[in-house]
Amino acid sequence: MSLLDVRDLSVVFQRRGERPFTAVDEVSFSVEPGQTVGLVGESGCGKSVTSLAIMGLLPRRGNKVSGQVMFDGADLLALRPDDMRDRRGRDIGMIFQDPLSSLNPVVPIGTQVAEVLERHRGMDRKAALKEARELLDAVGIPDPNRRLKEYPHQISGGMRQRALIAIALACKPRLLIADEPTTALDVTIQAQILTLLKQLVDETGTALIMITHDLGVVAGLCDTVNVLYGGKVVERAARHELFARPRHPYTHGLLNSVPRLDSPRGERLHAIRGSVADNIPWVEGCAFAPRCDNVVDACLEGTPPLEPTATGGDLRCNNPVTEEVAVP
Amino acid sequence: MTEERTGPLVELRDVKVHFPIKSGVLIDRTVGYVYAVDGVSLSINKGETYGLVGESGCGKSTLGRGLLRLVEPTDGEIVFDGTDVRSLKGEAMRKARRRMQMIFQDPLSSLDPRQSVESLLVEGLKAHGLARDKAATARKLRDTLAAVGLPASALSKYPHEFSGGQRQRIGIARALVLDPDLIVADEPVSALDVSIQAQVLNLMEDIQNELGLTYLIIAHDLAVVRHIADTVGVMYLGGLVEEASSDDLYREPMHPYTRALMSAVPVPDPQVEDRRERILLAGDLPSPTNPPAGCRFHTRCPWAQPKRCADERPALREVLDGHRVACHYAEDIAAGRIRPHEVEPELVRPDDGAAPGDTGELIPTP
Repeated sequence: MSLLDVRDLSVVFQRRGERPFTAVDEVSFSVEPGQTVGLVGESGCGKSVTSLAIMGLLPRRGNKVSGQVMFDGADLLALRPDDMRDRRGRDIGMIFQDPLSSLNPVVPIGTQVAEVLERHRGMDRKAALKEARELLDAVGIPDPNRRLKEYPHQISGGMRQRALIAIALACKPRLLIADEPTTALDVTIQAQILTLLKQLVDETGTALIMITHDLGVVAGLCDTVNVLYGGKVVERAARHELFARPRHPYTHGLLNSVPRLDSPRGERLHAIRGSVADNIPWVEGCAFAPRCDNVVDACLEGTPPLEPTATGGDLRCNNPVTEEVAVP
Repeated sequence: MTEERTGPLVELRDVKVHFPIKSGVLIDRTVGYVYAVDGVSLSINKGETYGLVGESGCGKSTLGRGLLRLVEPTDGEIVFDGTDVRSLKGEAMRKARRRMQMIFQDPLSSLDPRQSVESLLVEGLKAHGLARDKAATARKLRDTLAAVGLPASALSKYPHEFSGGQRQRIGIARALVLDPDLIVADEPVSALDVSIQAQVLNLMEDIQNELGLTYLIIAHDLAVVRHIADTVGVMYLGGLVEEASSDDLYREPMHPYTRALMSAVPVPDPQVEDRRERILLAGDLPSPTNPPAGCRFHTRCPWAQPKRCADERPALREVLDGHRVACHYAEDIAAGRIRPHEVEPELVRPDDGAAPGDTGELIPTP
């Protein structure tokens, strides 16, 4: 059985006097124990809202969440807020993009890590602090004894992200959701954090949902990748398959539009034309159709279905890309 | 290229930008300096694209701003097309600025939200007395907008009516309208989504080919810089550590920092990702208020050697033809005579004051 099974998750933002906006549109995917799953897409594709909906962190007013999020046989969306609070942090941990704004600026790091242990594992402060010290050590923070008493502003961005990972992993959750965990960091620090995440996931057997816009991060980390566009999954494939043979024109376009460090110089980038503003609503056709080079008439006649592919993935496209990406 | 590449357009000689740290209630006392840029020499040829890479806090943006004198350099010489920019005063400097324009990272905050595109573009022309003929100005604006791929109807719109990519196009148009020779672009695409990044990068290349512009592109993304730049300079903690043609640098990075930086960039290809070896740097960037003595990088360098690396600051020297490296042991590392070793991460405090801290110690090497 899957650890997490998201079925037809939709999030609609409704504001008085405005047209409802569907940020997440019937997204389904599952995560097996110990697996790393990527959610990839550009800003506004609904990847972060998906994660917030899974964690039950969306504001209660102004939006409508529907579908099911099955975790361990229970539907997280149907849980009472108290029960959800028990699970959050214990069964599912989360790391956010900006470590400075997700840590409390007026509470020492040690207390913030210990807090989780006290709340979920019923430890007393002293034992929790001792454990917190070990956790900070495990995520590679030098001199953890001193760090315990320090405040977030006193440590660097990379260290803050490590502290956040320590908090997320404090209760050994079975699922960790990382929402752009390295976007705010420099590349050398990003490499440190990604290596750490990979190592922790391998050691503890925690399943990981990696949310990112960076295809490079996905390439080195995720077992399965879901590509989101306009709130819907447009392509799902195993890591090697996706990068070697992207079928959806959007995935294909994304891979071709990023300059690569190891590609020959002077080649022109193949930009995807237009911008997200050109999208059409999914009910009228494929949202990507106005920007797509492979567009056919069927693309403007209703939502293309997400269909299984021969290689074990899923694809939502009427006229997929067939050529292989040249390996440089 | 329409213009042949002859001679340098810009030459920086030992440029320093130090920011004083003030303290005190009534009397401002300078208690130390942030050594943002500490002795950088480089030259940019006409029609060339020079890419400056480095991580946050390495001084790359300050160098770009110092070049345009948007911050006043503390020391050094900036020669632009034969004139020493630092000696220019008042009106002469203002006039010289027409030829050096800047594109900023965040297109929304660098465009006045209450100015229409037309007024944004005309402002520079007026300041330089180039907007006297109405018909000619209108034509100029339309041509410039066409060059950056925006319709003429954009003139009467305001920045909020555009998407991020279009706003960056407006930013580019604002720089272009004055017919500059040099454009300094500070992280021109890092605020944009990848599919839009490609559009803007292609546009910048097209414009350069058409107008023979010289670019100084400042970015943290090595892949972007490799794509667009002819020559690349790598900065670390206020100094240039390596400079080479884009192809040479990426084929054979010689400075340990460049090597680590390149190995850290994720490549969107699982086969490459599974194979490649990472040089993981220990710890964080030391504080620029209290840079390590000797080689700035020796506290995190896996190839650091005892004594010399901590005592003597390596000069940027030509190791191979056109390939400058600031490392005492560049040849030995390239030949594999020095093996990398473990480095203990040191504590780095973001608020590290001017007082000498307990950082900057020598790393024990086996």
